[in-house]
Amino acid sequence: MEAIRLIDENGLRVDGRKVDELRPIRIEAGVLKRADGSAYVEWGKNKVIAAVYGPRECHPRHLQDPSKALVQCRYNMIAFSVMERKRPGPDRRSVEISKIIAEALEYVIFTEYFPRTSIDIYIEILQANAGTRCAGLTAASVALADAGVPMKDLVPAVAVGKVDNQVVLDLSKEEDNHGQADLPMAIIPRTGEVLLMQMDGHMTIEEFNKAIDLGYKACEKIYQLQKDALRRRYAVEEIEAFEEGQHAQSTMEE
Amino acid sequence: MKESERDFNKEKESLAKPIREIVVPGDLLDSGRLKPGDGTYVSDGKIYASQLGIKSIKSNFVNVIPLGGPYIPSPGDTVIGKIVDIGPSNWLVDINSPYPAPLHVTEVPWKVEFGDTARYLNVGDTILAKVLLVDETKRVQVTMKEQGLRKLQGGQVIDISHSKVPRVIGKGGSMIQMIKSLTNCRIFVGQNGRIWLDGDIENIVYAIRAIKMIEEGAQTLRLTERVKEYLESMVRSGMNGKQQ
Repeated sequence: MEAIRLIDENGLRVDGRKVDELRPIRIEAGVLKRADGSAYVEWGKNKVIAAVYGPRECHPRHLQDPSKALVQCRYNMIAFSVMERKRPGPDRRSVEISKIIAEALEYVIFTEYFPRTSIDIYIEILQANAGTRCAGLTAASVALADAGVPMKDLVPAVAVGKVDNQVVLDLSKEEDNHGQADLPMAIIPRTGEVLLMQMDGHMTIEEFNKAIDLGYKACEKIYQLQKDALRRRYAVEEIEAFEEGQHAQSTMEE
Repeated sequence: MKESERDFNKEKESLAKPIREIVVPGDLLDSGRLKPGDGTYVSDGKIYASQLGIKSIKSNFVNVIPLGGPYIPSPGDTVIGKIVDIGPSNWLVDINSPYPAPLHVTEVPWKVEFGDTARYLNVGDTILAKVLLVDETKRVQVTMKEQGLRKLQGGQVIDISHSKVPRVIGKGGSMIQMIKSLTNCRIFVGQNGRIWLDGDIENIVYAIRAIKMIEEGAQTLRLTERVKEYLESMVRSGMNGKQQ
């Protein structure tokens, strides 16, 4: 059926991963100085930066809601993020992704604490290699926490899919292009609530259930990475400042 | 510094030292024993953190002291505002928060004729004001009709994170008093994270550096001592420079 074999006889994928293995993920919080909150995510070959501004005065004024804050999101792929130059500006796809990410995050943010304001999230895809909406959402939720926005939980996201008749976790570019199904999902780890779920391609019910299970397990791992990134940002400062203090003390005694 | 004094300070700080545990949104804080405080939410009878911050337990309440976030005005806060717009019977004040704060002519200590507002306060002026009221939709009103509240002339204003204000002021005003007396500056600290300073230009620079130091190391130990050491050394070297 397929010209390209995506899983070899040892059960390994084109990039050498097992079917239930994530690509290497690195998350860093607080990378932008002028944003209220920010995060950078490297997810395999994906490179994503997210910035959060707000809660701030909402403009245009007619969009203000006297009962809650407005969550606005812009997902943008930079022209050089893909092999063939992407025409800059919003297109059908990025408008859709912006909308679903904003709606996923709106559910976890305590918007009622900040009436008549807007919380603006900017997600820039610097380099794309399948799964950017998940990487973008993962980054955006870390950036929101970094901005001090009150929310129920962090939001991890991951894509699951079907390749060579097998359910696999975290599709790469080749698997996304030549695979049979792609299912990005985002959850609240504590309650298991689903915040985002889309699918293209075909799966049987059994495959779907298996995919969801894989996704949940992977989200737990990503959730841990998100937490570590946020803690690291402040823990490092604390240790440095403490050591500096000790240093100052010892030089004074000399 | 005297040896005994330092020992005493050290002891005092170790006693006052809270548990500095960093929590992120969604972290479980307590399952039933304590009451939910600021920066928390309750779900299924358990208390979770809603903000990135430091966990603190005070008289049966679990709080999360935020590490960032915007300033949300609450009645009674003393704030430093900038006039951004003028109306015939009011001024619009920027108080470093998502919400603009109108100042009505009836809330200033002067008798202002209708349409004569610009003669008293103009766009760009800095004022020391108090938050009068905040309603459910966060509509804010500020007042200047109280002792000590006034237009701030001269000096300069710096911005810090509002969550670091308590550390800049210190316990019972100890930190800010120390900075004031060592640098000989006049300083006002607004609850909104704005600080106004006036005095000798060199001393202002030292004071600003000291405040930045507090802001960066707000959650660290032995802060008061370190700031004091820094200021003492700076002021001393500055005086030596003048004598030469």
